[in-house]
Amino acid sequence: MAKYLLLKHYRGAPAPTNDVPMDQWTPDEWTAHVQYMQDFATKLEGTGEFVDGQALAQEGSWVRYDGEGRPPVTDGPFAETKDLIAGWMVIDVDSYERAVELAGELSAAPGKDGEPIGEWLEVRPFMGEPSTITE
Amino acid sequence: MPVADEALLRTLSPVVIGILVRRGAAFAAAEDAVQEALVEAVRRWPDDLPQDPKGWLITVAWRKFLDASRAETSRRRREEVVEDEPAAMVGTAVDDTLQLYFLCAHPSLSSTSAVALTLRAVGGLTTRQIAQAYLVPEATMAQRISRAKKTVSGVGLDQPGDVATVLRVLYLVFNEGYSGDVDLAAEAIRLTRQLAASIDHEEVAGLLALMLLHHARRAARTGADGRLVPLAEQDRGRWDTGLIAEGVDVLQAVLPRDRLGEYQAQAAIAALHADAQTAEETDWVQIVEWYDELVRLTGSPVAMLNRAVAVGEADGARAGLAALGSLDPSLPRYTAVAAYLHERDGDAVTAAKLYVEAAALAHSVAERDHLTRQAARLHAQQGRSSASGST
Repeated sequence: MAKYLLLKHYRGAPAPTNDVPMDQWTPDEWTAHVQYMQDFATKLEGTGEFVDGQALAQEGSWVRYDGEGRPPVTDGPFAETKDLIAGWMVIDVDSYERAVELAGELSAAPGKDGEPIGEWLEVRPFMGEPSTITE
Repeated sequence: MPVADEALLRTLSPVVIGILVRRGAAFAAAEDAVQEALVEAVRRWPDDLPQDPKGWLITVAWRKFLDASRAETSRRRREEVVEDEPAAMVGTAVDDTLQLYFLCAHPSLSSTSAVALTLRAVGGLTTRQIAQAYLVPEATMAQRISRAKKTVSGVGLDQPGDVATVLRVLYLVFNEGYSGDVDLAAEAIRLTRQLAASIDHEEVAGLLALMLLHHARRAARTGADGRLVPLAEQDRGRWDTGLIAEGVDVLQAVLPRDRLGEYQAQAAIAALHADAQTAEETDWVQIVEWYDELVRLTGSPVAMLNRAVAVGEADGARAGLAALGSLDPSLPRYTAVAAYLHERDGDAVTAAKLYVEAAALAHSVAERDHLTRQAARLHAQQGRSSASGST
């Protein structure tokens, strides 16, 4: 029982195998892609492994504290930021191997010509509770 | 609902499932019906506690089962469900409960599924409570349980089971500790006590003793700010002496039978810690001997890692580091152990570096913070000594 974050990037991940930008897909290729993603989430709900899935807008700003009594400073977005998160899925699975298997499946979502995109997904374990029995 | 009533209710869950199954219900249907009856009891009992809670639960669960069967039957346009209550009863409630443990920990289930099914069917927790305890959506937990029930649907409640798989499931529940409003550690102890009442088995007693001895230290394990307090630094006055005494009694009753297993060995180690009035009085030599037994029984690399710590205490840090040297550095907590032993060996510089590495590898926030504090403590000492050295 362990939770993993499958992290999808707009930018910052290595190039996918089927590296055709989404704006060059046909409407049918789009439909197939969206359907695949929905089916994947539905399947995980059915297996009892789904925790959460969210997509993020590309826009965003940086915010920081700027001293007592002053409003926070905002800045950006920084065009040069290399890493840009597109969204995530959180899964609760038996093992790291299962998390990798599911990430591989998600990465196989079809893109141009209906071929798997082969997009790189980041798989990150959640921090858990410390085990009670340690010695 | 008062806590006592809820505890009673949950104790009745496996008993009533067993009764429904003996009346002819399939396990999955019986489990569903009892779960519905439990939910109704949670709603109604606070205002109107029945005189005979068990009888009430059996009646309501049986009615739920019949309702569901009728719906199913009419849906299928078939009528083969026997509606009258069969008089023939074989076996006892104790057997039923034990069989239910076996079924819910069936080897065909993944550990995740076995844990969920055990907590619901044997533990009488609601799907929502289990979902909250494991921080997943209720729908996800409902699916997990329903798939688990499908997986074991062909397994009869009368088939022989394996105690070892049941103990593994209970161990996992206990180790999850405390999250949400369900105290999983306390629940694991309750279920292990109940199991110990159903079967006379050395390792069941061993696991119960192990849980009690660790639970006794729970209050002392965490500081006021939520930080982990290592065993050596715990305020032993806060250990629960009642639980320790019970754990030691349970263990001492089975050790002479000479049917040692991994849980008895771990409990023996916990008992030796519990026996020491101060950390300095710990009998590390005996603890190393028990780790030797544990390694012999399990071959577990984690046991070998813990053994290296004990060797470091019994025979000095050098000996501990030597024991560590033969192990795989990719083991969880290997780097943390190495950091600790290097500090004991007087090499604070290496220890600080390793604590930083270990913190980056930690898989819980509490452990990460603990290791980072250790690194910070050593860095501060080094800062002081280099400052005093330069004057």
